[in-house]
Amino acid sequence: MAAGTARRWGLTLGHFGVVGLFTLFTAFPFYWMLVTTFKRTSDLLKRGNNPFVYNEAPTLENLRVLFQETFYVKWLVNTALVGVAVVVITLILAIPAGYALARLTGRWGEQLGIGIFLTYLVPPTLLFIPMSRVIGDLGLQDSLWSLVLVYPSFTIPFCTWLLMGFFKAIPRDLEEAAMIDGLSRFGAFVKVVIPISVAGVLTVVIFSFTLVMQEFVYALTFISSVRQMTVSVGVPTFLVHGDVYFWGSLMAGSFIASVPIAILYNFFVDRFIAGFTVGAIK
Amino acid sequence: MATLGEDLRAPAAGRRFGFVLDRPEWLGPLMIAPAVLYIVAIVGLPFLLALYYSVSDISMGRRTLGFVGLRNFISVVPTPKFQTSLQNTFVFAIVSQVLVIILANILALALLKDFRGKWLVRLLILLPWVAPISLGTIGWLWILDSIYSVINWTLEAVGLITADGWPMYLGKPYLAMGSVITVHVWRLLPLATVIILAGLTSIPKDIHDAAQVDGASFWRHQFQITVPLIRPILLVALLFGLVFAFTDMVVIFVLTRGGPYDTTQVLASLAFFTGIQGGDLAEGAAIAIFLFPLLLAVAIVFLRIARRAEVT
Repeated sequence: MAAGTARRWGLTLGHFGVVGLFTLFTAFPFYWMLVTTFKRTSDLLKRGNNPFVYNEAPTLENLRVLFQETFYVKWLVNTALVGVAVVVITLILAIPAGYALARLTGRWGEQLGIGIFLTYLVPPTLLFIPMSRVIGDLGLQDSLWSLVLVYPSFTIPFCTWLLMGFFKAIPRDLEEAAMIDGLSRFGAFVKVVIPISVAGVLTVVIFSFTLVMQEFVYALTFISSVRQMTVSVGVPTFLVHGDVYFWGSLMAGSFIASVPIAILYNFFVDRFIAGFTVGAIK
Repeated sequence: MATLGEDLRAPAAGRRFGFVLDRPEWLGPLMIAPAVLYIVAIVGLPFLLALYYSVSDISMGRRTLGFVGLRNFISVVPTPKFQTSLQNTFVFAIVSQVLVIILANILALALLKDFRGKWLVRLLILLPWVAPISLGTIGWLWILDSIYSVINWTLEAVGLITADGWPMYLGKPYLAMGSVITVHVWRLLPLATVIILAGLTSIPKDIHDAAQVDGASFWRHQFQITVPLIRPILLVALLFGLVFAFTDMVVIFVLTRGGPYDTTQVLASLAFFTGIQGGDLAEGAAIAIFLFPLLLAVAIVFLRIARRAEVT
């Protein structure tokens, strides 16, 4: 009996140990950003100092510098603008496409759906060289419009796929009843299917927006003036490139742009994974 | 786009387009067309351009686009820079993926059990995947700093290294490779974990119960029951991971810029430095094209999984 209890305790302890170690690994950089945000530069840059405690009084100076002396706010605004525009384009194109793939096309639709999804896997690093020339020819270099134009190339494929799965799960009876009541197929889609698909649409909104925030390669390639940068490029290229590393402001900027969106995303992650794993789960 | 606009107006405009709106064989293609055209224009055409650039003499600031055959490949492939990058790409991708799959399996098993505060743990574990990777990597840049690294401070405090023996994580070839791999594992671990976790939770409980009744040991249970059942999903996790690892340049760009001495340079970053920063679009395209066969292989495996899922 005692041995059994000990064994159970051992297992629980081991379990917490494993979970704890992994959590430490994944979350530590963010914790470290937060700690560094409020440290004085003189505290940070003294080698003997214990980095885990505040050797000097905490300060808001790094945040002041970040918000008042850099383009950080501008970068956030740029990111939000691009995000909203990309979300709108994605919704307009992906909702009808997802519905059509779920309901209106047979066998060839399924093939096409997989084909569309696969384009999500074509990486920016394969396309950014011709893209940079095309963007230049369109006169869009250094303009946020270049990002608005290009980002749907990865949001549409995934969102179409995601919505297809979502629409498939809606019972056909609903549309059929509406069509018996005199709506056309398209009318039923607009008036019946879309209103009950809010959860799916919301997932797509969050997902597209997060992808826009994360994107780095295209933004780095197309945008070179500081004022037009998005936050994911502005922070690592501009704040690092000075003679001095503004570690406090850097960490503050990274933390502020990472964690809130991560918390939001967390609510939708299950749907997202369901899309990722296609038919591999039954 | 124009056709879609007409569709949307149609119900108001009476029944003129009514026949289109009711017949799946018309409406289906009409609703898909805008998305497909957008993708063809923004992914398909640039992809063809990428193929052509690699056999042309295009460069930034010049308007010429002459065909030069395999000249770019001949001039770029034998260079030590390219050879190192090719090798690094494989080391980076394969080592990081092996680690990710092993660690993600362990973590997913640990998360399968219910415990208090699980939602918080899950949020914290997801952070690296959800946060913009360029910003997360900045956190690591500070953690791995040559003078102020918190890791080194801790190691010194517990007596594992001395004050003048601090490793320079990003400045020494093997350490730098280890660092970029670590950060990449950090970044991809959450995705693989949740994918595998989804697979594990989809296994019916009675299968586990039956195994328990039959007295299967822990390891036997894992390798003869769980792993075979989640194999398709493991494959999905692996495929995505491989694509992300083979084609990524963000972690390397932020941490090392390919240095020291190109020891962490990979094809994607080399293509960027050659094609965009160096302005030699043709050579950059030639380097980037080497990523393509890999993607093709992944696409084929993926299609086979999708087909099997359909049949069964």
